[in-house]
Formats: sequence, structure tokens, C-alpha cells
Amino acid sequence: MLVAAFTWTEFAQQIAAGIREGAIYAGLALAIVIIYRSTRVINFAQGEMATFTTFVAWSLMNHGLSFWTAFPIVLALAFTGGFAIERIVIRPVEDAPVVTIVIVTLGLALLLNGLTSLIWGGGNRQFRGPFSTRTIDVAGVPISVQDIGIVAVSVALVALLGLFFRFTKLGLALRASALNPDSSRLVGVRVGWMLAFGWGLAAMLGAVAGMMVAPVVFLDPNMMQTILLYAFAAAVLGGLDSPIGAVVGGLLLGVTITLLGRYVGFVGQTLKLPVALLLILLLLIVRPGGLFGSVTVRRA
Amino acid sequence: MALLEVENVTKRFGGIVALDDVSFEAEPGEIVGLIGPNGAGKTTAFNVITRLYTPDEGDVRFEGESLLKTSPSGIIRRGIARTFQNVELFRGMSVLDNVRVGAHAHRGEQSSEDVLFYVNLHSLRYRQAADLPFGTQKRVELARALASAPRLLLLDEPAGGLSHEEVAQLGTFIRRMRDDYELTVLLVEHHMGLVMGIADRVHVLDFGKKIAEGTPAEVRGDRGVIEAYLGTPS
Amino acid sequence: MTPLLELDGVEARYGPVTALRGVSLEVGEGEFVAVLGANGAGKTTTLRAVSGTVRRSGDVIFKGAKLPRRPDATARAGIAHVPEGRGTFSELSVWDNLRLGAYTRRGSLKEDAQRVFKYFPRLEERKGQQAGTLSGGEQQMLALGRAIMARPKLVLLDEPSLGLAPLLVTEIFERLAAMKTEEGMAVLVVEQNANLALAHAARAYVLEVGRVVVTGSSEELRANESVRRSYLGY
Repeated sequence: MLVAAFTWTEFAQQIAAGIREGAIYAGLALAIVIIYRSTRVINFAQGEMATFTTFVAWSLMNHGLSFWTAFPIVLALAFTGGFAIERIVIRPVEDAPVVTIVIVTLGLALLLNGLTSLIWGGGNRQFRGPFSTRTIDVAGVPISVQDIGIVAVSVALVALLGLFFRFTKLGLALRASALNPDSSRLVGVRVGWMLAFGWGLAAMLGAVAGMMVAPVVFLDPNMMQTILLYAFAAAVLGGLDSPIGAVVGGLLLGVTITLLGRYVGFVGQTLKLPVALLLILLLLIVRPGGLFGSVTVRRA
Repeated sequence: MALLEVENVTKRFGGIVALDDVSFEAEPGEIVGLIGPNGAGKTTAFNVITRLYTPDEGDVRFEGESLLKTSPSGIIRRGIARTFQNVELFRGMSVLDNVRVGAHAHRGEQSSEDVLFYVNLHSLRYRQAADLPFGTQKRVELARALASAPRLLLLDEPAGGLSHEEVAQLGTFIRRMRDDYELTVLLVEHHMGLVMGIADRVHVLDFGKKIAEGTPAEVRGDRGVIEAYLGTPS
Repeated sequence: MTPLLELDGVEARYGPVTALRGVSLEVGEGEFVAVLGANGAGKTTTLRAVSGTVRRSGDVIFKGAKLPRRPDATARAGIAHVPEGRGTFSELSVWDNLRLGAYTRRGSLKEDAQRVFKYFPRLEERKGQQAGTLSGGEQQMLALGRAIMARPKLVLLDEPSLGLAPLLVTEIFERLAAMKTEEGMAVLVVEQNANLALAHAARAYVLEVGRVVVTGSSEELRANESVRRSYLGY
């Protein structure tokens, strides 16, 4: 069953690749969790939103902008887009049954996917990332600079978000709106705008995930679909309402499937996703709330 | 015309006659109590009215029309809602969602939020039903029933598991509900204090037969009723 | 002098149920006014109608202008509503709860926080603690502290004594009276404990079935025969 050849160097490389994969899942999973925590909505359009913004980045770079010049522009656009989507598309169905909201986000996903194909065509293209693909030596193990860069960006983003939520007034208001919308209104928080802000933030996270992954795979309208599946799995693994869980879940998932894919023969590349999902299913049977979910944290 | 008419209903389970030629009525706006010792057939009577059982003989009419042609799931659309002795909530769902299920029947103009404000559960509406104390869960079930804007409300042992003070509050609340929502209430209850305190009329069952009916004062003094509860004096 | 807060024939409905049937009352600047009445009389609904938590018909005038009908807007207008159950953000720390109280204010919170800690030293001790782990009395103090962080002109208090030991309740009311004087804010308190409320309030309104039935100074109400019997217990 196991592949015969094993070297520690390769193992370390696989772990590094797994962490990089995981960082991308974590980013998208965090976006899903932010929206879920504040609005109790699972945003099935998260992946397509990310793809769309990545294409916008591609277009900007095609027009001569460097990656890092385009980066903040795309983030701003993503934020605005996410904000607008919440106010225009989601707000009217806020009080509707959950199934209705799910269908709305699924519809949004289809719409965005079609729009992306319409504007940029269906073929895939290369996306020049900001990091070079050469490798450097880390304690005797050749690791790709790109992998390090992707992880660094993701870590920085998560850290910034963490600081934002903890220390800023707006971050506090966002947390409060998710925890207790009634009391939030009574202290003057415009809860509706907070929800839209949350969507904007999530869209930004998705945009970063998209711009990180695009250099690794090819940029095409369906780029994020599988990644979204992994991101959902990571979010559920971590406990749907836990941001820490999303990050840990993402990293764990990334490393696990990379190692499984490389070292467990029958898994290979094709069975990576089904096996990963099976493992998560097994974990959820034992721990229904996921690793950090609120079901496991009970106060008397 | 009475809102609810139970007419000569007999229900057998094999050799046991759970209800034996039982008749009673509820006039619009009344609070009617159905009492009797354990096994007297009270819950069976409820289940016949809500069509979980079909009577072997007799008829049940609501607003003049027989209920026997209505399926159990159609009862709520006719305007009859009930609560259960052991509280049958959707434990994994929030309070709000539980109440929304009641509103599913699309009767009446009120929203689930209105009902939640009325029963004072609005601030708890996002909590999971299973996490709430028993007394509060009973209120959620009540809210769910009210959300369907019923004309007739069937309460199955609403005082069960409540403290003395809670029962007193419950009595006042049932009266208020009846007035505010223009309901007719039929309750099955063991707690004599509650029934005698709020019911307009009381019907007494024993071994599947109706043995007395009247105002609480009349029934309290009825010999047959006393014997049924305390046993025949030796 | 124009009153700070004025309700003129305010009505509020929960679907088919009319909870307030034309309530008129007023609160002057810096005044301590109580709203009394039995359960279901509409006391809580009155406060909700002011803060905009519940839809109302009829105008509420605050500081000479029509009060907006949304809770976040009324907070910005200078009204702090401490709801039934205190509305604490249980998952957040005491400090974060206070920060949220000051949401509508700009600038440094230090001064405001110092004032809160002066009234409630226990809160300073527990600054970093998760609010949900505080005792009932401490949560009430936190709720009051959160309210004054916004430097409101009017504080709406819903049943502050609920679930608290008598000694604690007395302490809280005394701090409240001190706060009112020093901060120059008006207080409109809903209380089931009528004796306690009348001991601190200058005036009171008694509600029954959604209407004001009696109003007057605390002395007048204490002398009123039916009020004494129904609400003061003697």
C-alpha cells in the first residue's frame, strides 16, 4: 500500500506543500466562517467570487500593472463587491427559510461563473504570481519560494484580521453583531451594515486565496470549485463558527491530503478529495461540532 | 353552534375500550377542562380530535364540519393546534425555527416574531431549543401552536413539571391568551388547582366513560367524581 | 418646561394581539419615573416601543424631536435601553461589553470607564472576565455600567430586580439613584417590585391591559387604596 521510496527530505517538502495547500484552504474557510458566524448563511458562492476577483487581477496585470500594484485594487474591489452583494442580494432574503438563502447563494455562484466565462472566455491561462518559483535551501530541504510566500501572505492576512477583530472598534462591533444582534442595536450598532461589512471582508479573503492559488494551478472559470469543497471541509472540520478552527482545519486538511496523496498508494491524486472527506466524516461522528466548534464548548 | 363537538365517540384498542360513548362540547371562547384519573381516556380523546386515532363509532365536528375526513396533517389548517405532554420540539432547531414551523400553516397575519414577543421569548429566539429549561421549552411549544393562528388550542397537561409559582403564572397566561387571540382552549390536566381555577366548564372521564360535567364548582362536589378519584369508600 | 420624553397615545401590536392600547406618559429631564403593573400589562412593551425594538403607532417625542423607530437610531439619539434579561454579550469580556456601551461616543473611553468602576468596583476587578460567567447581580451592574458609558440622557430599565437577592437589589437601586443625580440622566424603570420602585421614583404610571390606569407622585400612589392592595401588598 505504501510507496516504497521514502526520504526525509521529500517528506519535509511534502509537508511544506501541504502547508501551502492548507493555507489556501484556510483563507477560503475563514471567509466561509466569517459569513456563517455573522449571518448563519453558508455562502456557496464564495469560490466563484474569488475566481471572479482573480480574473480581475489578471486583467489588471495584463494591462501592465505589477502584481503588488494590482493587489490592493483587487482587494478594494472585492470588498466593495462582497458588501454590495450582501446588501442587494442577501438582505431581501434575510428572514427567509435557510433553504431559500442556500438557493440564492447557489444561484449567485452559477451567475458569477457564467459571468466570468462571458467576460474572459472559458480557456485557462497563466497567472504570473508575485513569488518566483525557484527553490531555496531551508535546513537542507529545497523549498519553493512561492510556497513560502503564499504561506507568509496567508499568515499575515489572518494575523491582521485577528488584530482587527480584537482591537478595533469596528472589529468589536462586527463580533458583537454576530453574537447578539439585538443588544448590538441597543448600543447603536447598525447591524445590517455590519453584516455587509462581514461579506466584504470575506470577499477580500477569497480574493487573496484566489490570487495565491492561481499561479499554482491554471486560471480558469472553474478554478476554485474543488478548492471550495476542500475549504468547506476545512471549515466543518474546524467547527463552522470558529475562525481558529478554519485555519487549523485548513492546514490540517492540506497536510493530510498531500501526505495521503503521496504516500498512500491507492489514494494517488484522484482519491485525495473523497478520502479526505471520508476522514472528516469519521471525525464528525465522534465530534459533531468539529475541532473547535461551539457544540463542544458548553457552559452550565 | 359549539366550536367543537365530540359526539358519541367510542374507541377500542383490541379488547380495551379506551373511550366509551363519550360526548362533550366546547363553545367558542370557552376554556374547557378534561379531567379524570390515569387511564381514563383523556389523552385518547385528544388523539381522536387531532386525528391520530380514528374512532370506531361516533363523530367529531369542528365548526360544524366533521373532522373525520381530515388527515392528521390537515388538522392544523382547519385551525386546531396542540401541545404535548412531553414537549415535542425540534431539539436541534432554534426557538425561532421551531415557531416558524408552526407558522407554516399560513393562517393569520402575525409573524413568528410577533408570537415570540407575546410569549416573551424574543430575546431567546436564536437559542437551540434543547438548551432551554423545561418550563421555557413548554413556552416555545405554546408559541409554535399560536403561530398557526388556531381557533382551538389543545393543551396536554401544560402544568406537568412546573413549579407552584409557574403553574399560577400559566393559569393567568392561558386566560390572557384566550382573550388576546380569541381562542377556545381544551385542556387535559391533572393539576386540579389549575383546571378548577381557569376552566369555564369541566368534563370528567373515568374508565373511558364520561361521568360528570359542569362548572368547576359543580364538578368538585359531584359524588361520582370524588369516588372516581379517591376510590369507593369502604 | 417641555418633558424630555413624551408618549402620546402610543399603540403596539404583536400580530392580532394589541399590547399597548394608547399609552401616554412623560419623563422630565433628570426624573426618576416608574412603570408598574401586572405581568402582561404592557410594561416591557412600553420600553420596547420607546427604543424601537417593537413596532409602534403613535409618536414618541424625545428632546423635542420625533424619535426614530429603530433601536440603533434611538441609541444614537441618547437613549440607553437595558432590556429584560440584561442583554449582556455573554461571550465577550466585561471590558468589551463596556466598550460596546460607548459605541456611539467618540474619543477615549478611559474617563467613562473610570466612572463606571467608581460605581461598581467589582466590575474593575473582573475586567477581563467573560461576561457570561459573572453572577446575576454583577451582570446587572455590568448592564447599568454599559448603559452609562454612552452618557445617555435617558435610561430605560426593564425589571432590574429580576432574579436578584433583595440586598443586592437595594444596593443596585441606590447606585442607580446616585448615578442619576451625578450623571444628570433620567430613568424610566419597569418594575414588578412596586414598593422598591416607588421608594426611588418621583412619579409612577400603573398599566393594566395596555393602558395607563393610574398616575401620580410616589406619595399619591402609595396612598391610593387600590394601588396599595393590588401592587404594594397591603
